[in-house]
Amino acid sequence: MALAIEAHGLTKRFGRTQALAGVDLEVEAGRVLGVLGPNGAGKTTAVRILATLLRPDSGTARVAGHDVVHEAARVRRAIGLTGQYASVDEDLTGVENLVMIGTLLDLSTREAKARAAALLAEFGLAEAGKRLAKTYSGGMRRRLDLAASLVGDPSVVYLDEPTTGLDPAKRDDVWEMVRALVRRGTTVLLTTQYLEEADALADEITVIDHGRVIAHDTPHGLKRQVGGQTLEVRPASIDDVERVATILAQVSGRAVERPARDLLSVPVTGDEALTTTVARLAADGIRVTELLLRLPSLDEVFYSLTGESRRTAEAGGADGATRSDDTTEGKAA
Amino acid sequence: MFRDSLILARRTVTKMLRNPEQFIDVTVQPVLMTVIFVFIFGGAIAGGTHQYLQFALPGIIVQTIMFTSMTIGVNLNTDLKNGVFDRFRSLPIARSAPLVGAVTGDIVRHAIAIGVTLLFGVIIGFRFHTSWYEVLGAAALMVLFAVCLCWVSVLVGMLARSSGAVQGLSFLVVFPLTFGSSTFVPAGTLPTWLQSWVAVNPVTHVIESMRGLLVGHSVMSAGTTLGGEIAWVLVACVVLAGVFAPLATWAYRRRI
Repeated sequence: MALAIEAHGLTKRFGRTQALAGVDLEVEAGRVLGVLGPNGAGKTTAVRILATLLRPDSGTARVAGHDVVHEAARVRRAIGLTGQYASVDEDLTGVENLVMIGTLLDLSTREAKARAAALLAEFGLAEAGKRLAKTYSGGMRRRLDLAASLVGDPSVVYLDEPTTGLDPAKRDDVWEMVRALVRRGTTVLLTTQYLEEADALADEITVIDHGRVIAHDTPHGLKRQVGGQTLEVRPASIDDVERVATILAQVSGRAVERPARDLLSVPVTGDEALTTTVARLAADGIRVTELLLRLPSLDEVFYSLTGESRRTAEAGGADGATRSDDTTEGKAA
Repeated sequence: MFRDSLILARRTVTKMLRNPEQFIDVTVQPVLMTVIFVFIFGGAIAGGTHQYLQFALPGIIVQTIMFTSMTIGVNLNTDLKNGVFDRFRSLPIARSAPLVGAVTGDIVRHAIAIGVTLLFGVIIGFRFHTSWYEVLGAAALMVLFAVCLCWVSVLVGMLARSSGAVQGLSFLVVFPLTFGSSTFVPAGTLPTWLQSWVAVNPVTHVIESMRGLLVGHSVMSAGTTLGGEIAWVLVACVVLAGVFAPLATWAYRRRI
Protein backbone atom coordinates (compact mmCIF):
# COMPACT_ATOMS: atom_id res chain seq x y z
CA MET A 1 0.00 0.00 0.00
CA ALA A 2 1.32 3.45 -0.91
CA LEU A 3 2.24 5.81 1.88
CA ALA A 4 0.37 9.12 1.75
CA ILE A 5 2.44 10.60 4.55
CA GLU A 6 5.97 9.53 5.31
CA ALA A 7 8.14 11.44 7.78
CA HIS A 8 11.54 10.44 9.09
CA GLY A 9 13.50 11.96 11.94
CA LEU A 10 11.75 15.33 11.99
CA THR A 11 13.28 17.78 14.41
CA LYS A 12 12.37 21.38 15.13
CA ARG A 13 13.64 23.74 17.76
CA PHE A 14 12.12 27.06 18.81
CA GLY A 15 14.69 28.98 20.80
CA ARG A 16 15.40 26.75 23.77
CA THR A 17 12.40 24.50 23.26
CA GLN A 18 12.97 21.29 21.34
CA ALA A 19 9.47 20.95 19.89
CA LEU A 20 10.30 17.85 17.86
CA ALA A 21 13.21 15.59 18.70
CA GLY A 22 13.13 13.10 15.86
CA VAL A 23 9.62 12.09 14.87
CA ASP A 24 8.72 9.36 12.37
CA LEU A 25 5.20 9.16 11.02
CA GLU A 26 3.70 6.92 8.37
CA VAL A 27 0.17 6.84 7.05
CA GLU A 28 -1.06 4.60 4.27
CA ALA A 29 -3.27 6.19 1.65
CA GLY A 30 -6.91 6.21 2.66
CA ARG A 31 -6.25 5.54 6.35
CA VAL A 32 -6.62 7.64 9.48
CA LEU A 33 -3.65 8.22 11.74
CA GLY A 34 -4.36 9.61 15.16
CA VAL A 35 -1.48 11.61 16.64
CA LEU A 36 -2.05 11.64 20.32
CA GLY A 37 -0.29 13.63 22.97
CA PRO A 38 -0.69 16.17 25.75
CA ASN A 39 -0.50 19.91 25.19
CA GLY A 40 2.95 20.96 24.05
CA ALA A 41 3.92 17.45 22.93
CA GLY A 42 4.77 18.65 19.41
CA LYS A 43 1.62 17.55 17.56
CA THR A 44 0.88 20.93 16.04
CA THR A 45 4.52 21.47 15.07
CA ALA A 46 4.49 18.13 13.24
CA VAL A 47 1.30 19.04 11.40
CA ARG A 48 2.65 22.46 10.45
CA ILE A 49 5.76 20.87 8.97
CA LEU A 50 3.68 18.35 7.02
CA ALA A 51 1.45 21.22 5.82
CA THR A 52 4.54 23.18 4.58
CA LEU A 53 3.94 26.00 7.07
CA LEU A 54 7.21 25.26 8.86
CA ARG A 55 10.52 23.85 7.71
CA PRO A 56 11.99 21.08 9.79
CA ASP A 57 15.49 21.66 11.19
CA SER A 58 16.36 18.16 10.08
CA GLY A 59 14.60 15.07 8.84
CA THR A 60 12.52 14.55 5.72
CA ALA A 61 8.86 14.28 4.98
CA ARG A 62 6.94 13.33 1.87
CA VAL A 63 3.24 13.97 1.49
CA ALA A 64 1.32 12.51 -1.46
CA GLY A 65 4.70 11.57 -2.91
CA HIS A 66 6.22 15.07 -2.72
CA ASP A 67 8.89 16.45 -0.45
CA VAL A 68 7.44 19.07 1.92
CA VAL A 69 10.50 21.31 1.66
CA HIS A 70 11.62 21.01 -1.95
CA GLU A 71 8.23 20.43 -3.57
CA ALA A 72 6.11 22.52 -1.20
CA ALA A 73 3.89 23.88 -3.98
CA ARG A 74 2.99 20.36 -5.11
CA VAL A 75 2.29 19.31 -1.53
CA ARG A 76 0.00 22.31 -1.09
CA ARG A 77 -2.05 21.15 -4.08
CA ALA A 78 -2.65 17.82 -2.37
CA ILE A 79 -3.49 18.85 1.18
CA GLY A 80 -6.25 20.42 3.20
CA LEU A 81 -5.63 21.90 6.63
CA THR A 82 -8.04 22.50 9.45
CA GLY A 83 -6.22 24.30 12.22
CA GLN A 84 -6.67 24.28 15.94
CA TYR A 85 -8.57 27.53 15.71
CA ALA A 86 -11.27 27.64 13.10
CA SER A 87 -9.56 29.77 10.48
CA VAL A 88 -12.52 31.20 8.67
CA ASP A 89 -12.91 34.83 7.78
CA GLU A 90 -15.50 36.19 10.18
CA ASP A 91 -16.47 39.21 8.10
CA LEU A 92 -17.23 37.06 5.08
CA THR A 93 -20.27 34.82 4.60
CA GLY A 94 -19.92 31.06 4.44
CA VAL A 95 -20.30 31.18 0.67
CA GLU A 96 -17.74 33.99 0.28
CA ASN A 97 -15.22 32.11 2.40
CA LEU A 98 -15.44 29.01 0.22
CA VAL A 99 -15.64 30.87 -3.10
CA MET A 100 -12.54 32.86 -2.21
CA ILE A 101 -10.58 29.69 -1.55
CA GLY A 102 -11.95 28.08 -4.68
CA THR A 103 -10.82 30.97 -6.86
CA LEU A 104 -7.43 30.99 -5.14
CA LEU A 105 -7.22 27.33 -6.15
CA ASP A 106 -7.65 28.43 -9.78
CA LEU A 107 -11.31 27.50 -10.13
CA SER A 108 -13.36 29.89 -12.22
CA THR A 109 -15.87 31.97 -10.24
CA ARG A 110 -18.66 29.74 -11.53
CA GLU A 111 -16.89 26.53 -10.58
CA ALA A 112 -15.98 27.96 -7.19
CA LYS A 113 -19.60 28.90 -6.51
CA ALA A 114 -20.81 25.43 -7.47
CA ARG A 115 -18.16 23.83 -5.29
CA ALA A 116 -19.07 26.11 -2.36
CA ALA A 117 -22.76 25.27 -2.66
CA ALA A 118 -22.06 21.54 -2.78
CA LEU A 119 -19.78 21.64 0.27
CA LEU A 120 -22.12 23.84 2.29
CA ALA A 121 -24.97 21.43 1.57
CA GLU A 122 -22.81 18.48 2.53
CA PHE A 123 -21.89 20.10 5.83
CA GLY A 124 -25.40 21.20 6.70
CA LEU A 125 -24.65 24.87 6.14
CA ALA A 126 -26.74 25.47 3.02
CA GLU A 127 -29.08 27.80 4.90
CA ALA A 128 -26.33 29.55 6.84
CA GLY A 129 -24.17 30.07 3.76
CA LYS A 130 -25.46 33.58 3.16
CA ARG A 131 -24.79 34.71 6.71
CA LEU A 132 -21.55 36.20 7.99
CA ALA A 133 -19.33 33.60 9.61
CA LYS A 134 -19.16 35.64 12.80
CA THR A 135 -22.82 34.81 13.45
CA TYR A 136 -22.04 31.07 13.38
CA SER A 137 -21.94 28.87 16.46
CA GLY A 138 -18.68 27.13 17.38
CA GLY A 139 -19.80 23.89 15.74
CA MET A 140 -20.85 25.64 12.53
CA ARG A 141 -17.50 27.40 12.33
CA ARG A 142 -15.67 24.10 12.61
CA ARG A 143 -17.84 22.68 9.86
CA LEU A 144 -17.19 25.68 7.64
CA ASP A 145 -13.49 25.41 8.41
CA LEU A 146 -13.49 21.74 7.47
CA ALA A 147 -15.45 22.53 4.30
CA ALA A 148 -12.87 25.21 3.46
CA SER A 149 -10.06 22.68 3.70
CA LEU A 150 -11.89 20.40 1.25
CA VAL A 151 -12.50 22.94 -1.52
CA GLY A 152 -9.46 21.74 -3.45
CA ASP A 153 -10.55 18.09 -3.08
CA PRO A 154 -7.31 17.21 -1.25
CA SER A 155 -6.07 13.64 -1.02
CA VAL A 156 -4.57 14.29 2.42
CA VAL A 157 -6.34 16.22 5.17
CA TYR A 158 -4.84 17.39 8.45
CA LEU A 159 -7.20 17.95 11.31
CA ASP A 160 -5.41 19.65 14.17
CA GLU A 161 -7.48 19.09 17.30
CA PRO A 162 -10.73 19.42 15.38
CA THR A 163 -13.02 19.00 18.38
CA THR A 164 -11.17 20.96 21.07
CA GLY A 165 -13.68 23.16 22.84
CA LEU A 166 -16.78 21.60 21.28
CA ASP A 167 -19.60 20.10 23.32
CA PRO A 168 -20.22 16.34 22.90
CA ALA A 169 -23.05 16.69 20.37
CA LYS A 170 -20.97 18.96 18.12
CA ARG A 171 -18.05 16.65 18.58
CA ASP A 172 -20.12 13.75 17.27
CA ASP A 173 -20.96 15.88 14.22
CA VAL A 174 -17.28 16.39 13.50
CA TRP A 175 -16.56 12.70 13.98
CA GLU A 176 -19.27 11.83 11.49
CA MET A 177 -17.69 14.23 8.99
CA VAL A 178 -14.29 12.63 9.48
CA ARG A 179 -15.80 9.22 8.78
CA ALA A 180 -17.42 10.64 5.65
CA LEU A 181 -14.00 11.90 4.54
CA VAL A 182 -12.51 8.47 4.97
CA ARG A 183 -15.34 6.92 2.98
CA ARG A 184 -14.36 9.07 0.00
CA GLY A 185 -10.84 7.74 0.25
CA THR A 186 -9.12 10.73 1.86
CA THR A 187 -6.07 10.13 4.01
CA VAL A 188 -6.53 11.81 7.37
CA LEU A 189 -3.98 12.84 9.96
CA LEU A 190 -5.79 13.79 13.11
CA THR A 191 -4.19 15.24 16.20
CA THR A 192 -6.04 15.04 19.45
CA GLN A 193 -5.65 15.13 23.18
CA TYR A 194 -8.66 12.88 23.54
CA LEU A 195 -8.00 9.19 23.53
CA GLU A 196 -11.64 8.49 22.99
CA GLU A 197 -11.41 10.45 19.76
CA ALA A 198 -8.37 8.59 18.48
CA ASP A 199 -9.99 5.33 19.48
CA ALA A 200 -13.20 6.19 17.65
CA LEU A 201 -11.64 7.45 14.42
CA ALA A 202 -8.09 6.25 13.91
CA ASP A 203 -6.84 3.09 12.24
CA GLU A 204 -3.51 3.57 13.90
CA ILE A 205 -2.28 5.79 16.69
CA THR A 206 1.08 7.44 17.19
CA VAL A 207 1.61 8.71 20.71
CA ILE A 208 3.90 11.74 20.96
CA ASP A 209 5.30 13.25 24.11
CA HIS A 210 8.12 15.79 24.46
CA GLY A 211 8.69 15.78 20.73
CA ARG A 212 9.27 12.03 20.52
CA VAL A 213 7.17 9.12 19.39
CA ILE A 214 6.67 6.95 22.45
CA ALA A 215 4.32 4.40 20.91
CA HIS A 216 2.78 3.47 17.59
CA ASP A 217 0.15 0.79 17.12
CA THR A 218 -3.49 0.13 16.38
CA PRO A 219 -5.84 1.28 19.14
CA HIS A 220 -6.34 -2.36 20.07
CA GLY A 221 -2.62 -3.12 19.96
CA LEU A 222 -1.82 -0.13 22.15
CA LYS A 223 -4.22 -1.27 24.81
CA ARG A 224 -2.77 -4.75 24.64
CA GLN A 225 0.80 -3.41 24.71
CA VAL A 226 0.27 -1.84 28.08
CA GLY A 227 -1.42 -5.02 29.26
CA GLY A 228 -3.72 -5.39 32.22
CA GLN A 229 -7.22 -6.52 31.35
CA THR A 230 -10.20 -6.02 33.59
CA LEU A 231 -12.97 -8.52 34.24
CA GLU A 232 -16.33 -7.02 35.07
CA VAL A 233 -19.33 -8.96 36.39
CA ARG A 234 -22.83 -7.77 37.19
CA PRO A 235 -24.88 -10.43 39.02
CA ALA A 236 -28.60 -10.68 38.19
CA SER A 237 -29.44 -10.52 41.87
CA ILE A 238 -27.89 -8.03 44.26
CA ASP A 239 -27.85 -10.80 46.91
CA ASP A 240 -25.19 -12.66 44.89
CA VAL A 241 -22.67 -9.82 44.97
CA GLU A 242 -20.71 -11.23 47.92
CA ARG A 243 -20.50 -14.75 46.44
CA VAL A 244 -19.35 -13.38 43.09
CA ALA A 245 -16.75 -11.24 44.83
CA THR A 246 -15.33 -14.29 46.53
CA ILE A 247 -15.10 -16.20 43.24
CA LEU A 248 -13.40 -13.25 41.48
CA ALA A 249 -10.92 -12.86 44.32
CA GLN A 250 -10.03 -16.54 44.13
CA VAL A 251 -9.67 -16.59 40.33
CA SER A 252 -7.58 -13.44 40.07
CA GLY A 253 -5.77 -13.45 43.38
CA ARG A 254 -6.29 -9.64 43.46
CA ALA A 255 -8.52 -7.26 45.42
CA VAL A 256 -12.01 -6.90 43.93
CA GLU A 257 -13.39 -3.41 43.31
CA ARG A 258 -17.03 -2.43 43.36
CA PRO A 259 -17.45 0.54 40.95
CA ALA A 260 -21.24 0.39 41.30
CA ARG A 261 -23.55 -1.18 43.88
CA ASP A 262 -24.18 -4.26 41.75
CA LEU A 263 -21.00 -4.27 39.66
CA LEU A 264 -17.69 -5.95 40.46
CA SER A 265 -14.42 -5.44 38.69
CA VAL A 266 -11.03 -7.04 39.07
CA PRO A 267 -7.74 -6.84 37.12
CA VAL A 268 -6.78 -10.16 35.55
CA THR A 269 -3.90 -11.53 33.52
CA GLY A 270 -4.14 -14.30 30.98
CA ASP A 271 -7.06 -15.41 28.88
CA GLU A 272 -8.09 -18.33 31.07
CA ALA A 273 -9.44 -16.00 33.81
CA LEU A 274 -12.62 -15.45 31.83
CA THR A 275 -13.36 -19.14 31.20
CA THR A 276 -12.54 -20.14 34.79
CA THR A 277 -14.86 -17.46 36.12
CA VAL A 278 -17.67 -18.51 33.83
CA ALA A 279 -17.26 -22.15 34.90
CA ARG A 280 -17.26 -21.25 38.62
CA LEU A 281 -20.35 -19.05 38.29
CA ALA A 282 -22.20 -21.81 36.42
CA ALA A 283 -21.20 -24.41 39.01
CA ASP A 284 -22.60 -22.23 41.80
CA GLY A 285 -25.77 -21.51 39.82
CA ILE A 286 -25.22 -17.73 39.87
CA ARG A 287 -26.92 -15.81 37.06
CA VAL A 288 -25.30 -12.67 35.72
CA THR A 289 -26.63 -9.89 33.50
CA GLU A 290 -23.24 -8.64 32.42
CA LEU A 291 -19.84 -10.26 32.13
CA LEU A 292 -17.02 -8.80 30.16
CA LEU A 293 -13.29 -8.86 29.73
CA ARG A 294 -12.21 -5.29 29.03
CA LEU A 295 -8.91 -4.07 27.59
CA PRO A 296 -7.56 -0.98 29.34
CA SER A 297 -9.08 2.27 28.14
CA LEU A 298 -6.85 4.43 26.01
CA ASP A 299 -6.79 6.91 28.87
CA GLU A 300 -5.08 4.34 31.02
CA VAL A 301 -2.70 3.48 28.18
CA PHE A 302 -1.95 7.10 27.61
CA TYR A 303 -1.18 7.98 31.17
CA SER A 304 0.87 4.87 31.53
CA LEU A 305 2.91 5.71 28.40
CA THR A 306 3.36 9.43 28.93
CA GLY A 307 4.08 8.96 32.62
CA GLU A 308 6.74 6.49 31.66
CA SER A 309 8.38 8.75 29.10
CA ARG A 310 8.48 11.58 31.62
CA ARG A 311 10.16 9.43 34.18
CA THR A 312 12.73 8.05 31.76
CA ALA A 313 13.40 11.58 30.58
CA GLU A 314 13.88 12.72 34.15
CA ALA A 315 16.18 9.81 34.88
CA GLY A 316 18.33 10.99 31.98
CA GLY A 317 16.85 8.29 29.77
CA ALA A 318 19.30 5.85 31.32
CA ASP A 319 17.03 2.85 31.42
CA GLY A 320 13.45 1.68 31.48
CA ALA A 321 13.61 0.27 34.97
CA THR A 322 10.67 2.32 36.15
CA ARG A 323 8.23 0.56 33.89
CA SER A 324 6.46 -1.46 36.55
CA ASP A 325 6.58 1.39 39.06
CA ASP A 326 3.10 2.79 38.78
CA THR A 327 2.99 4.71 42.00
CA THR A 328 5.19 7.61 40.94
CA GLU A 329 3.16 8.31 37.83
CA GLY A 330 1.02 11.06 39.24
CA LYS A 331 3.91 12.89 40.86
CA ALA A 332 6.15 12.66 37.83
CA ALA A 333 3.49 14.20 35.62
CA MET B 1 0.22 35.78 -8.40
CA PHE B 2 -1.60 38.77 -9.95
CA ARG B 3 -4.99 37.06 -9.89
CA ASP B 4 -4.47 35.72 -6.35
CA SER B 5 -3.54 39.18 -5.10
CA LEU B 6 -6.67 40.65 -6.68
CA ILE B 7 -8.86 37.97 -5.09
CA LEU B 8 -7.32 38.78 -1.72
CA ALA B 9 -7.59 42.53 -2.34
CA ARG B 10 -11.29 41.97 -2.85
CA ARG B 11 -11.41 40.19 0.49
CA THR B 12 -9.82 43.25 2.13
CA VAL B 13 -12.35 45.60 0.55
CA THR B 14 -15.32 43.41 1.47
CA LYS B 15 -14.16 43.23 5.07
CA MET B 16 -13.70 47.01 5.09
CA LEU B 17 -17.22 47.66 3.82
CA ARG B 18 -18.65 45.33 6.46
CA ASN B 19 -16.88 47.25 9.27
CA PRO B 20 -17.73 50.88 8.58
CA GLU B 21 -16.11 51.95 11.86
CA GLN B 22 -12.82 51.23 10.06
CA PHE B 23 -13.51 54.32 7.99
CA ILE B 24 -13.39 56.71 10.93
CA ASP B 25 -9.70 57.38 10.45
CA VAL B 26 -10.19 58.20 6.77
CA THR B 27 -13.32 60.34 7.21
CA VAL B 28 -13.64 61.93 10.64
CA GLN B 29 -9.92 62.28 11.30
CA PRO B 30 -9.01 64.44 8.28
CA VAL B 31 -12.01 66.68 8.95
CA LEU B 32 -10.97 67.12 12.57
CA MET B 33 -7.36 67.79 11.60
CA THR B 34 -8.41 70.38 9.08
CA VAL B 35 -10.65 72.13 11.59
CA ILE B 36 -8.02 72.10 14.33
CA PHE B 37 -5.13 73.35 12.22
CA VAL B 38 -6.93 75.78 9.99
CA PHE B 39 -9.25 77.42 12.50
CA ILE B 40 -7.16 77.16 15.65
CA PHE B 41 -3.62 77.69 14.39
CA GLY B 42 -4.33 79.35 11.05
CA GLY B 43 -4.75 82.85 12.42
CA ALA B 44 -1.59 82.67 14.50
CA ILE B 45 0.58 81.02 11.84
CA ALA B 46 -0.54 82.77 8.67
CA GLY B 47 -2.57 85.69 9.88
CA GLY B 48 -5.79 84.39 8.32
CA THR B 49 -7.63 81.12 7.90
CA HIS B 50 -8.20 81.31 4.14
CA GLN B 51 -4.55 81.93 3.36
CA TYR B 52 -3.56 79.16 5.70
CA LEU B 53 -6.12 76.70 4.28
CA GLN B 54 -4.54 77.05 0.82
CA PHE B 55 -1.16 76.34 2.37
CA ALA B 56 -2.04 73.61 4.86
CA LEU B 57 -4.68 71.46 3.12
CA PRO B 58 -2.20 69.66 0.83
CA GLY B 59 -0.18 68.88 3.96
CA ILE B 60 -3.22 67.65 5.84
CA ILE B 61 -3.99 65.25 2.97
CA VAL B 62 -0.49 63.88 3.23
CA GLN B 63 -0.74 63.60 7.00
CA THR B 64 -4.04 61.72 6.72
CA ILE B 65 -2.51 59.33 4.21
CA MET B 66 0.44 58.78 6.53
CA PHE B 67 -1.93 57.63 9.25
CA THR B 68 -4.15 55.51 6.98
CA SER B 69 -1.05 53.78 5.65
CA MET B 70 -0.21 52.63 9.14
CA THR B 71 -3.53 50.85 9.79
CA ILE B 72 -2.65 47.96 7.50
CA GLY B 73 0.03 46.64 9.86
CA VAL B 74 -2.44 46.48 12.73
CA ASN B 75 -4.99 44.64 10.58
CA LEU B 76 -2.48 42.14 9.24
CA ASN B 77 -1.08 41.48 12.69
CA THR B 78 -4.59 40.56 13.84
CA ASP B 79 -5.14 38.40 10.74
CA LEU B 80 -1.96 36.48 11.43
CA LYS B 81 -3.22 35.50 14.84
CA ASN B 82 -6.66 34.21 14.02
CA GLY B 83 -5.42 31.51 11.70
CA VAL B 84 -6.75 32.83 8.38
CA PHE B 85 -3.18 33.25 7.15
CA ASP B 86 -2.42 29.62 7.99
CA ARG B 87 -5.00 28.70 5.44
CA PHE B 88 -3.49 31.05 2.85
CA ARG B 89 -0.06 29.64 3.51
CA SER B 90 -1.28 26.09 3.03
CA LEU B 91 -2.73 26.99 -0.38
CA PRO B 92 -0.70 26.77 -3.59
CA ILE B 93 -0.51 30.55 -4.05
CA ALA B 94 2.42 32.97 -4.05
CA ARG B 95 3.60 33.58 -0.51
CA SER B 96 3.44 37.34 -1.00
CA ALA B 97 -0.10 37.30 -2.43
CA PRO B 98 -1.89 37.87 0.91
CA LEU B 99 0.32 40.91 1.61
CA VAL B 100 0.08 42.34 -1.90
CA GLY B 101 -3.68 41.77 -1.74
CA ALA B 102 -4.01 43.66 1.53
CA VAL B 103 -1.92 46.57 0.25
CA THR B 104 -3.93 46.71 -2.98
CA GLY B 105 -7.25 46.57 -1.14
CA ASP B 106 -6.19 49.46 1.06
CA ILE B 107 -6.14 51.75 -2.01
CA VAL B 108 -9.87 52.13 -1.38
CA ARG B 109 -9.14 53.64 2.03
CA HIS B 110 -6.52 56.00 0.65
CA ALA B 111 -8.89 57.16 -2.09
CA ILE B 112 -11.62 57.83 0.45
CA ALA B 113 -9.23 59.76 2.70
CA ILE B 114 -8.07 61.95 -0.19
CA GLY B 115 -11.63 62.51 -1.41
CA VAL B 116 -13.00 63.40 2.02
CA THR B 117 -10.18 65.82 2.82
CA LEU B 118 -10.44 67.59 -0.53
CA LEU B 119 -14.22 67.76 -0.35
CA PHE B 120 -14.22 69.15 3.17
CA GLY B 121 -11.50 71.60 2.20
CA VAL B 122 -13.54 72.86 -0.73
CA ILE B 123 -16.60 73.24 1.51
CA ILE B 124 -14.73 75.50 3.93
CA GLY B 125 -13.15 77.56 1.17
CA PHE B 126 -10.19 75.73 -0.37
CA ARG B 127 -9.84 76.53 -4.08
CA PHE B 128 -7.89 74.66 -6.74
CA HIS B 129 -5.75 76.93 -8.87
CA THR B 130 -4.71 74.19 -11.26
CA SER B 131 -6.32 72.09 -13.95
CA TRP B 132 -8.41 68.99 -13.31
CA TYR B 133 -5.69 66.68 -14.61
CA GLU B 134 -3.19 68.15 -12.18
CA VAL B 135 -5.64 67.48 -9.35
CA LEU B 136 -6.10 63.90 -10.56
CA GLY B 137 -2.35 63.61 -10.84
CA ALA B 138 -2.02 64.78 -7.24
CA ALA B 139 -4.45 62.10 -6.09
CA ALA B 140 -2.64 59.44 -8.12
CA LEU B 141 0.76 60.45 -6.76
CA MET B 142 -0.66 60.44 -3.25
CA VAL B 143 -2.09 56.92 -3.65
CA LEU B 144 1.17 55.70 -5.13
CA PHE B 145 3.11 57.07 -2.19
CA ALA B 146 0.63 55.52 0.26
CA VAL B 147 0.93 52.10 -1.40
CA CYS B 148 4.70 52.22 -1.10
CA LEU B 149 4.67 53.59 2.45
CA CYS B 150 2.21 50.85 3.46
CA TRP B 151 5.01 48.30 3.26
CA VAL B 152 6.74 49.88 6.25
CA SER B 153 3.61 49.22 8.27
CA VAL B 154 3.28 45.72 6.81
CA LEU B 155 6.81 44.94 7.94
CA VAL B 156 6.10 46.26 11.43
CA GLY B 157 2.88 44.20 11.47
CA MET B 158 4.82 41.05 10.58
CA LEU B 159 7.51 41.63 13.18
CA ALA B 160 5.53 42.90 16.18
CA ARG B 161 4.06 40.49 18.66
CA SER B 162 0.82 42.36 19.30
CA SER B 163 -1.34 44.74 17.32
CA GLY B 164 -0.94 47.28 20.12
CA ALA B 165 2.81 47.26 19.54
CA VAL B 166 2.21 47.79 15.82
CA GLN B 167 0.19 50.87 16.60
CA GLY B 168 2.85 52.27 18.92
CA LEU B 169 5.70 51.60 16.49
CA SER B 170 3.72 53.05 13.60
CA PHE B 171 3.28 56.31 15.46
CA LEU B 172 7.01 56.42 16.03
CA VAL B 173 7.44 56.22 12.27
CA VAL B 174 4.67 58.64 11.35
CA PHE B 175 5.29 61.51 13.77
CA PRO B 176 8.84 62.53 12.85
CA LEU B 177 7.99 62.08 9.17
CA THR B 178 4.82 64.17 9.33
CA PHE B 179 5.80 66.95 11.69
CA GLY B 180 9.43 67.09 10.62
CA SER B 181 8.31 68.47 7.29
CA SER B 182 6.71 71.56 5.85
CA THR B 183 3.19 70.24 6.57
CA PHE B 184 2.06 73.05 8.82
CA VAL B 185 4.72 75.72 8.70
CA PRO B 186 7.09 76.92 5.96
CA ALA B 187 10.42 75.11 6.32
CA GLY B 188 12.25 78.45 6.40
CA THR B 189 10.89 79.17 9.91
CA LEU B 190 12.60 76.11 11.39
CA PRO B 191 16.03 75.93 13.07
CA THR B 192 18.81 74.97 10.68
CA TRP B 193 19.40 71.44 12.02
CA LEU B 194 15.71 70.67 11.58
CA GLN B 195 15.75 72.19 8.10
CA SER B 196 18.34 69.65 7.02
CA TRP B 197 16.05 66.81 8.16
CA VAL B 198 13.07 68.44 6.46
CA ALA B 199 15.05 68.67 3.24
CA VAL B 200 15.72 64.91 3.09
CA ASN B 201 12.39 63.82 4.52
CA PRO B 202 10.43 62.31 1.60
CA VAL B 203 7.19 63.56 3.14
CA THR B 204 8.33 67.15 2.55
CA HIS B 205 8.64 66.44 -1.15
CA VAL B 206 5.24 64.76 -1.25
CA ILE B 207 3.73 67.86 0.34
CA GLU B 208 5.53 70.25 -2.00
CA SER B 209 4.30 68.18 -4.96
CA MET B 210 0.75 68.29 -3.62
CA ARG B 211 0.97 72.07 -3.23
CA GLY B 212 2.27 72.45 -6.72
CA LEU B 213 -0.36 70.17 -8.23
CA LEU B 214 -3.35 71.48 -6.25
CA VAL B 215 -2.62 75.18 -5.74
CA GLY B 216 0.34 76.13 -7.86
CA HIS B 217 3.90 77.22 -7.55
CA SER B 218 3.04 80.21 -5.35
CA VAL B 219 2.62 78.07 -2.20
CA MET B 220 5.67 75.87 -2.79
CA SER B 221 8.87 76.52 -0.84
CA ALA B 222 11.38 78.84 -2.40
CA GLY B 223 13.88 77.16 -4.70
CA THR B 224 11.76 74.13 -5.52
CA THR B 225 10.30 73.09 -8.85
CA LEU B 226 7.25 70.89 -9.29
CA GLY B 227 9.07 68.51 -11.61
CA GLY B 228 11.97 68.18 -9.18
CA GLU B 229 9.69 67.47 -6.24
CA ILE B 230 7.70 64.83 -8.13
CA ALA B 231 10.92 63.15 -9.20
CA TRP B 232 11.99 63.06 -5.54
CA VAL B 233 8.69 61.41 -4.59
CA LEU B 234 8.99 58.79 -7.32
CA VAL B 235 12.50 57.93 -6.15
CA ALA B 236 11.24 57.69 -2.55
CA CYS B 237 8.43 55.36 -3.72
CA VAL B 238 10.87 53.08 -5.51
CA VAL B 239 13.14 52.97 -2.47
CA LEU B 240 10.31 52.39 0.02
CA ALA B 241 8.71 49.61 -2.03
CA GLY B 242 12.04 48.17 -3.10
CA VAL B 243 13.32 47.87 0.45
CA PHE B 244 10.26 47.28 2.58
CA ALA B 245 8.14 45.02 0.36
CA PRO B 246 10.83 42.30 0.15
CA LEU B 247 11.62 42.73 3.86
CA ALA B 248 7.94 42.40 4.79
CA THR B 249 7.54 39.32 2.60
CA TRP B 250 10.64 37.82 4.15
CA ALA B 251 9.32 38.53 7.67
CA TYR B 252 5.99 36.99 6.73
CA ARG B 253 7.58 33.79 5.46
CA ARG B 254 9.76 33.59 8.51
CA ARG B 255 6.93 34.08 10.94
CA ILE B 256 5.54 30.88 12.37
